[in-house]
Order: sequence, then C-alpha cells, then structure tokens
Amino acid sequence: MPDTPQISESAVESAVEAALAAIAAAPDTAALKAARSAHTGEASTLAQLNASLRDVPNDQKAALGKLVGQARGRVQQAVAAREAELAVAEEQARLDAETIDVTGIPARQAHGARHPLTTMMEQMSDIFLAMGWEVAEGPELENEWFNFDALNFDPDHPARAMQDTFFIDPVERHLVLRTHTSPVQVRSLLERELPVYVVAPGRVFRTDELDATHTPVFHQMEGIAIDKGLTMAHLRGTLEHIARSMFGEGARIRLRPSYFPFTEPSAELDVWHPTFTGGARWIEWGGCGMVNPNVLRAAGIDPDVYQGFAFGMGIERTLMFRNDVSDMRDMVEGDVRFSQQFGMVV
Amino acid sequence: MRVPLSWLREWVEVPASGDSAADADHVHAALVKVGLEEEGVHGGALTGPVVVGEVLDFVEEPQSNGKTIRWCQVRTGTTTEGEPEVRGIVCGARNFHVGDLVVVSLPGAVLPGPFPISARKTYGHVSDGMIASARELGLGDEHDGILRLAELGVAAEPGTDAIALLGLDDVAVEVNVTPDRGYTLSIRGIAREYSHSTGASFRDPAKALEVGEGLGFSVVVDDQAPVRGRRGCDVFVTRVVRGIDATAPTPQSMVSRLQLAGIRSISIAVDITNYVMLELGQPIHAYDLTKLSGGITVRRALPGETLVTLDDQTRALDAEDLLIIDESGPIGIAGVMGGASTEVSDATTDVLIEAANFDPVSIARSARRHKLPSEASKRFARGVDPLVAEPAAQRVADLLVEHAGGTIDELGSAWIEAKRPESIALAEGFVDRLIGVDYSLDEVTDSLGAVGCRLKPEGDGWLVEPPSWRPDLVDAPSLAEEVARIVGYDRIPSVLPVAPPGRGLTRSQQVRRGVGRALAAAGLTEVLAYPFVRSADNALMGGADAAQVRVANALDAEQGMLRVSLVPGLAAIAHRNLSRGLTDLALFELGHVFQPEPARTYGVDSVPFGTARPSDQAITELEQSIPHQPWSIAALFVGDRRARGIGQPAEEAGIADALDAARLIASVAGANLRVESGSHPALHPGRTAALLVGDETVGFAGELLPQVALDRDLPRRVGVLELDLDRLIALGAGEVAARALSTFPAATQDLSLVVPVEVPAGDVRDAVVEGAGALLEHAELIDDYRGAGLAPGTKSITLALRFRAPDRTLTAAEATEAKSAGLARAAELFGATLRG
Repeated sequence: MPDTPQISESAVESAVEAALAAIAAAPDTAALKAARSAHTGEASTLAQLNASLRDVPNDQKAALGKLVGQARGRVQQAVAAREAELAVAEEQARLDAETIDVTGIPARQAHGARHPLTTMMEQMSDIFLAMGWEVAEGPELENEWFNFDALNFDPDHPARAMQDTFFIDPVERHLVLRTHTSPVQVRSLLERELPVYVVAPGRVFRTDELDATHTPVFHQMEGIAIDKGLTMAHLRGTLEHIARSMFGEGARIRLRPSYFPFTEPSAELDVWHPTFTGGARWIEWGGCGMVNPNVLRAAGIDPDVYQGFAFGMGIERTLMFRNDVSDMRDMVEGDVRFSQQFGMVV
Repeated sequence: MRVPLSWLREWVEVPASGDSAADADHVHAALVKVGLEEEGVHGGALTGPVVVGEVLDFVEEPQSNGKTIRWCQVRTGTTTEGEPEVRGIVCGARNFHVGDLVVVSLPGAVLPGPFPISARKTYGHVSDGMIASARELGLGDEHDGILRLAELGVAAEPGTDAIALLGLDDVAVEVNVTPDRGYTLSIRGIAREYSHSTGASFRDPAKALEVGEGLGFSVVVDDQAPVRGRRGCDVFVTRVVRGIDATAPTPQSMVSRLQLAGIRSISIAVDITNYVMLELGQPIHAYDLTKLSGGITVRRALPGETLVTLDDQTRALDAEDLLIIDESGPIGIAGVMGGASTEVSDATTDVLIEAANFDPVSIARSARRHKLPSEASKRFARGVDPLVAEPAAQRVADLLVEHAGGTIDELGSAWIEAKRPESIALAEGFVDRLIGVDYSLDEVTDSLGAVGCRLKPEGDGWLVEPPSWRPDLVDAPSLAEEVARIVGYDRIPSVLPVAPPGRGLTRSQQVRRGVGRALAAAGLTEVLAYPFVRSADNALMGGADAAQVRVANALDAEQGMLRVSLVPGLAAIAHRNLSRGLTDLALFELGHVFQPEPARTYGVDSVPFGTARPSDQAITELEQSIPHQPWSIAALFVGDRRARGIGQPAEEAGIADALDAARLIASVAGANLRVESGSHPALHPGRTAALLVGDETVGFAGELLPQVALDRDLPRRVGVLELDLDRLIALGAGEVAARALSTFPAATQDLSLVVPVEVPAGDVRDAVVEGAGALLEHAELIDDYRGAGLAPGTKSITLALRFRAPDRTLTAAEATEAKSAGLARAAELFGATLRG
C-alpha cells in the first residue's frame, strides 16, 4: 500500500484543511455534495487515515484515534453549515424569481351586492326577531277583503279611494295588488295563536307614476302586536327601540294624531336624529296606532280581552333619508352601480 | 284646506306678531299637535313700501313699438315740510283718470314673483316706482289694467300703507285634512282645533247668526232606493233673496281670502256661496229662481234620465244618483254639481239658496261615477255637520243682501230630519287602559267636553253624545283618541313590551336570505324589477297558452301583465345597464311570480261585508281566490364573467355560470340538484339544461335563444337560470343526518371510456357511479375527447374516481374491481368500452 498516507498529526491537519477549503468553495448544493463525497467518502484521505489506525502501535491508538475523530467531526460540521447557507441563498433566489407586482393582480371574481332595500328589511327584521317577534309574509296579489274590508276600510269611505289601488282584471272579482303589507296582519291574526307579535316586510303597489320621490312598486315594514294589556305606551316603546337601533342612540321619536281606518287612536311617526343630513330635524317616518276593534272582530278576536298596536314604515323612504339617496329612480332601475356601492351592508 | 290667518282670527284668538311667516309657523305647530299636518304656506310674498297714490296728472306718449305709455305724476305722500310728495311713474295701463287713487309700489318693495321694484329708466323717463294691478299684488286674476281703489270701495290719504289697508300681508296656512275629519274642511273646524291645541278662546261662527224662519218653499225628499239603506238626504234648507244685482263687485277682502284659500272669484253670488262653504263647511248651491219651475224634489234618477251640468256636459244618470228636480226634470246631481238650466247669471235677480245634507256614501259614489270630484262632494263624502245647514243658508242670504242688494223673501224653508249621533258608553279607566297614561277624571271629561261631546254619568263611566260635526266618533277607542290628542300625545310614556319567545326565521326565510347572500358573495348583484311585463314576455317564458294575470288599470297598458317569470325583467335591467356602458353583468332577482292555472276563474263574487269574522268556509274561499305566487330566483349573465387583466385573459359568461349559480342555490336550499339536457322556447336549443330534484323539474339554466337576446338589444350570448325556490326548499333537506367519515386511505384511479357522441356525459357518470357501488366515494368528469384515434360517432369520456372503504385500507385490486363494475354498467346502458 504505497499510497497509504502515514498517519500523523500534520497529515490529519492537512486533510482537514483541504476538506474545509473545498467545502467553503462549493458554490451550490451539488458542488457541496461532491466535496463532501471527496473529503469524507471511503476514498477520501481522512477515511484512509482512519483505516491506517489499525497499524498504529497500541500505545498511540487512543491519541491518534481521537485526532482523526475530531477531524472528521470538524469536516461534517462545515458541511452542515455550508448546506444551511446555500439553502437560504437558494430559497432567496426562488423568492426573487417568483416576485410579482401585487398592485397589478387582476380580480379573479367580480364583487356582487345585495339590494340595499333587501338588506335594510333584513336588518329591521333582525331587531324584532331579537325581541322574540316573528316575520310574517303574505301574497302580493291579494283579495280585497284582506287588503281593505278586514282592515275596517268601508267600501265607500274616501280612505279607500285614497289608496290608489291597482285592480286585477276583471275588477268585479275583487282582486288587487296589495296597497300595504297590512293584509299580512289580518292573515297573521287568523292563522296564529294569540298573543301575536309579528313584522311583515314586503312589496306593495300604488298607482303612482315613477319620479324622483314616487314609485308604483315599493316596500314596507309593518308590525302588529296583539296581547292582553298592550297600550299606546308599548307602541311608543317599540318604535323608540327600532328608531334607536336603526339610526343610533341619539334618535328620538314623536307621535302626531292622524287617521287610519285600521287603528284608533292613530298617529304619524316622526323620527329625529342629531346627525341627519341637513341637520338635526324631524322626519316623517311612518304611521301607527292602536289596532281598531273592528280589525280584531274581523279576525274573530274579542276586543274586550285582547288589544294591541300596529305600525308601518316605508323602506324606500327610510333608505332615502338614512343613506342619503336623493332619487327614487336609483332604487328601481337596477343600475348595478347603485347596489354595488352598498355591497352587503346598508 | 287653506286657511287665511285673517279669517281664522275672526273666530279664535291667534297672536299677531307682525311677522306673517312667524305667525304661519306658529299656527302650523299648533295644528299639527291635534292632527292637522302641515302642507305649506300661501301668500305673504309681498314686502313694502307699497302705498296709496293719487294720480295728479299724466301725458300719453306713443312709442316706436306701437304701445302708448302714460307718464304720470303721482302723489305718494306728504313731505316732512308738509308739501305733497310727487313721483314720476311710467305706466302701461290706461284704465285710470286724473284724481284716481291707486296702489304704488315704491323702490325697495318686492311683489309676489318675486318681483323687486327699483327706480329705473324706461321709455325715456326714470320711473320712480310702479302702479300695480290686482294680480301683481296677489289680489286676484285681474290684469287688464291697474287697480283703482274706487273699484274696492276704499278711500285713503295718499301715502297710506296699502299693505295694511288691503290686507296684502295676509297668509294662508295649508293643512292636510284626514278623511275622518270632514269638519276641518272649514274655518269653523280649524278654529275649533286651534283652540283645542292652544286653549285660545273660540267663537262658533255657526252660532253667531240670527237664523230666520221661512214659510215654506216646497221641498219634498222622496228617496225610494236608499244606498246601503241610508236615506240620501236628511236636511234641506232653502232661502230666497229677491232683487239682487248679480253684477255687483265682490268685496276685495272676500276676493283675496278666496284667492288665498285657492278659489277663484267668479261673481258675487258664486263667491258668497264659496265663502260660506269655506267658513262653515256647508256646501251651498244657488239657483236662478226665475228659471225654476215649481218646488223642489230630491229623489233617485229614473232609467234614461240625463242632465246637462254646469260645465255644459250632458251626463247619463245612474239609478243610484241622487237628484234635485223641479217640474221640468233634473236640475242637479245632489251634492256633486248643479245643472246648467238653472244657473245663476249676470241677469239673475232672484236667487234660491240650497243648503242640504246628503248621505256621504251616495255622494261619494256619484262623484266617482261621473268623475266630478268637487269642493262640495269632497265635504259631503267626509260628512258635513247636519246642523250647520240652516245658519249657512242664512249667512249666504245675509251676505247677498249686504253686497248685492235685494231682500230676503219669506219663502225659505227648513226641512231637518237629521238623526242625533248615537251615544257611546265609556267606562272609567278605559282610556287609561288603551293609551297607557293615568289621566285624571277631569282630563277625560274636559277633553271630551272641549271637542263638543255631552257627558252623562252612567254605570261606572259615562254616556257620551258626540257633537253633530263629529260622525267619526263611533266607539270608545275613538273617544280615547280625543282625550289622548287633546291632552297631547307627548304624555304617552315609552314602555317596551315583552313578547313571548319567538321561533326565529322560518326555514324558507333562512334559505332565501342564504341564497341572496351566497349569490352576492359569488359576484352577482341583486336587482328588484317591477312585476309588470308585456303579454308576449309571459307567452315566451310560460308558453303561448299560459294563463296570465292582467292589471285592470296598469300605468302602461303595454306592460299590463303580471310576470310569470323573472327573466324578462332581468333582461330589461341588463339592457338598461348596457346602455349606460356597464357591459359585464351578473344579475339576480329573488321575487314573486304570478302563475294562474289555465281556465280557472280567480276572485270572488262578493267580499264579506261587516265587521264580524266571516265563516271558515268564506275565509277558505277568500284564501283560495288568488293565483299561485311562488318565490322565484333567477339570474342573468352577460359579457365577461372574468374581466381581462394583467396575465389574465377575459372569460365570457354563459351557461356554465348559470349552472354554477343554480348549484349554489340548491346547496343553500339543501337540495340535490340534477342536471339533464332540456328544452325551453326562450333558450338556445343546444344549451339548455333542465334542473331537477329527484324526478321533479324545478327550473332551467342555459343561454337565451340568440334571437331572443338580440330582440332585447342584448349581446348574442346571455346566460340565464330560473328556479322555483318554494319547490326547491320543499324538496331540500331541512335537517342533515351526518355520516361517519372514513379515515382509511383513498385509492384514486382514472377511467376513460368510449361512448356514442349523443350519450350525455352526466348519464355516463351516473352509470359508473351506480355500477361501482359503495366503495366509490367521488366521481368527477374531467375530459370529453373527440377526434383522432376514435371511431367516427364516438367520444371518450374520462372520469377521475376516488375509492375508499369505511373499515379497511383498499387494495388496488379492490379498487380496480369496483371501477370495472362501473364500466360494466356503462357498457350495459350505453355500449361503453374501455378506451385502449
């Protein structure tokens, strides 16, 4: 074995130095792998020096063995350190290559939106649901009895003509497009167990031409509560709660005497808030009152035992003054820019 | 109702601050508290200096434009030195003489318009003010010349403030009168309400008169066919005034009050009847007595009768019309409009005044039937105080004598059979229990007394007789309202009621909210179309024979049908957006559609009458009288579903988007949606999917027939879908029973098989799923290949399959065996072969 190096301290040291130099010079993981194989593999100088230990006299074996072991450890450590260094550099190079201009990334999916009238009806419904009320619904094409007669509208009373009703052909069959969501109140009283606490959001119809402040198709939120011992004070409490929930804690309400066939006493509801556009002011919001005993009688309820209140407000109107919508047509034309400015909120 | 403040002040104390706008605000604020809503303010648009002037001299100067102007010297006052103050004023009118007193607007004045007056150069002179016409002063329509004070019977020193002299600073407040309060369509009623609100002292104008008695002009009320069992007339009062000058001028104060109240001055006789109607609320009719033949009868119309009314229209009368007739036949439709033959004219000397009380229902029906809404019919339909007829007739007669000469004849008559209002039992404490306020006994009785009720103690409360002018007071709650509003609604406290526990939203409501939110999150925008469509739209969507609902009085007769489908509305909205340059659209609507059954008559012959609950059978009939109106959900896609961007090509929207949205909707509803190839008259024959749950078709998805799209000015490719949401929800899972998840490893394999091209890929997948059995966890169609390597008329369908067993790790052999079973089923059904 003429090539076998003579084991000595200097021979070990020079092998280590050669190995460390090769490891440090490796420019990438492939070169490092080759260097490791050349300097720690079976054919490497260090491996041969290690093999030559068996020919060393016994009294020197321990010292030389330790020397070779330490040398191999140093080389291994250097490899590991260089490996980590290279991994970081290579990952950095990949990240650099993957970098893009995030400000120019196109949208994968367009954003949709709900109609703010729908969102608002849901939001108002939620306030009542939280108090234990339920949401009632009914048909838009309705029998006149539900829309008028059961609500104490005499067939010849001017109040009935003032409703600007759409009639269904042939008119003598007594079908109409509901002029308010109040027929849902009647249906609720007929169908549900007492006490009844329901709100009825929905679409209603009047023969008004479309302009900046009118639309023949619009939305209302009505409510009715029939129980033992309900008073006009409960009506005010309920309206104050919904006003504060919708407009903020600073909201106040005012009731003014008025007339509706289905309530007695009746009132107009005004709402005031310090931050309304145009300044703190009273704005007409809806109508309300104590349910007329004739409405209860029409539903087979004894007005001497049960009484209650009802109220209603226009959703379009609410959206107009709460959210600064100045033209009714924006709500009905379906221009997507209108709903999209609301997204999922109102 | 417009209320001139000067008129109101005659009957109730209203503070006068000197600022008419502030006074109007004060009156509005007082009236709104008792239920008369503010509508506006009229008049008061004039500010001074406006003074009386005396025309001292003038020179007529013809102008090059053909006009002749007068260059006038007008005395408008007296200087501090005691000299006459004289101004030079150019005037275009020529209806005055030297010495006439006129009204001069001096520089600085503002006339209604607004029309500010300044000294200005015109026609070669500096005109130092303007001589005003009646119209320029807001005193009437007269504009043929300037206003001469002599015409008004007014005289005053030059320089006198004409605003105060002529009441030019009077304003009218306009209030909205609710239909139960007919009596507030009068100064009398408004003054009373003002007094209720403020406590100001009120004098009843109806009681401020000496009412004479007549000896009996013949009046017969003969109602053989009362409407709804109510006699058409229960008061008929007449007065006769002879020898009037029908051309006498109407006093300026009356003209300007009528003008402020919104009524034009016509002639002294007509003006007085209108004036008294406004003051007392009693509609009045004046007849030319010499044109009447014999006495008056009130009866219903006979078959074939006609009447030429005051507006010179010949009107065919209805058997329900209540008529005023004399021996010649009909001379008026009671309470609606008089006849032309007995009309008062300039030649009239003898007048018969009629003040009657007619049944509200009868008058409302006649006014509607003949499309003659008038100041009179409006009041009768809302109820007129039956006891005001006699003072009103007297007041008209007195005013005629005062302003048109003549004498009151003894022929007048009064036939009064008005029933007293029914008394109402009011238990002590009832008002408190309804309103939620602890009223004192005095508050209850004083409030009711103030509105004119008479109270008599009875049992544990009172028997309350309402005043004759309050037909709306019919039950205890209506009395409670009077107490609440007289004391003030501000007294009502705020108490939040406690409802019993609720059950939350129904499943249908939850699903509809979920669908709306899911679609919006998926990029669709919600719209709310009107339900009115063209008949052709419904025929296209529902089939040519489909029954449709027609609106009898549609705003646009073209679009007079109620929609059977939401798609036409979405298409119209898409077009509107496109026309505004918004080209990429994904729209949805969640709304009702109207789907009558063919050959079925809806509605009822008559609706139950009265306040009692109808029978169960009647209610069922009412409930079933309307057509089916399910909730429908529809979406429409046009343009790009994904916009072009950096590194991203545009992607056109179409049927795939419609199907995606349909699947999303179904998943929200918990329904297992199946897609089959389908057909629809409005859709592309090769791009239409039928959507089913089980064996029930619940809707469609596809692309509009290109011609249908083009007809609506839409691009050729429009993706649409529509689902019957009610059915989808009914067929969907209300509750989900969860399966245990197997955590053993999955085995995945692809399967490519060859089938005839006409076999739908979905059917191939279904066959494989069926054949492979329980071990197949998931199957996805991943390729449809046609062309080289395949026999003509065939295609290759590739499925990615995932197998898993619940209890063990599957071997490759087991997975292959299941796959082969799937292939075998597809082979059996469609002749599928494994692609080599």
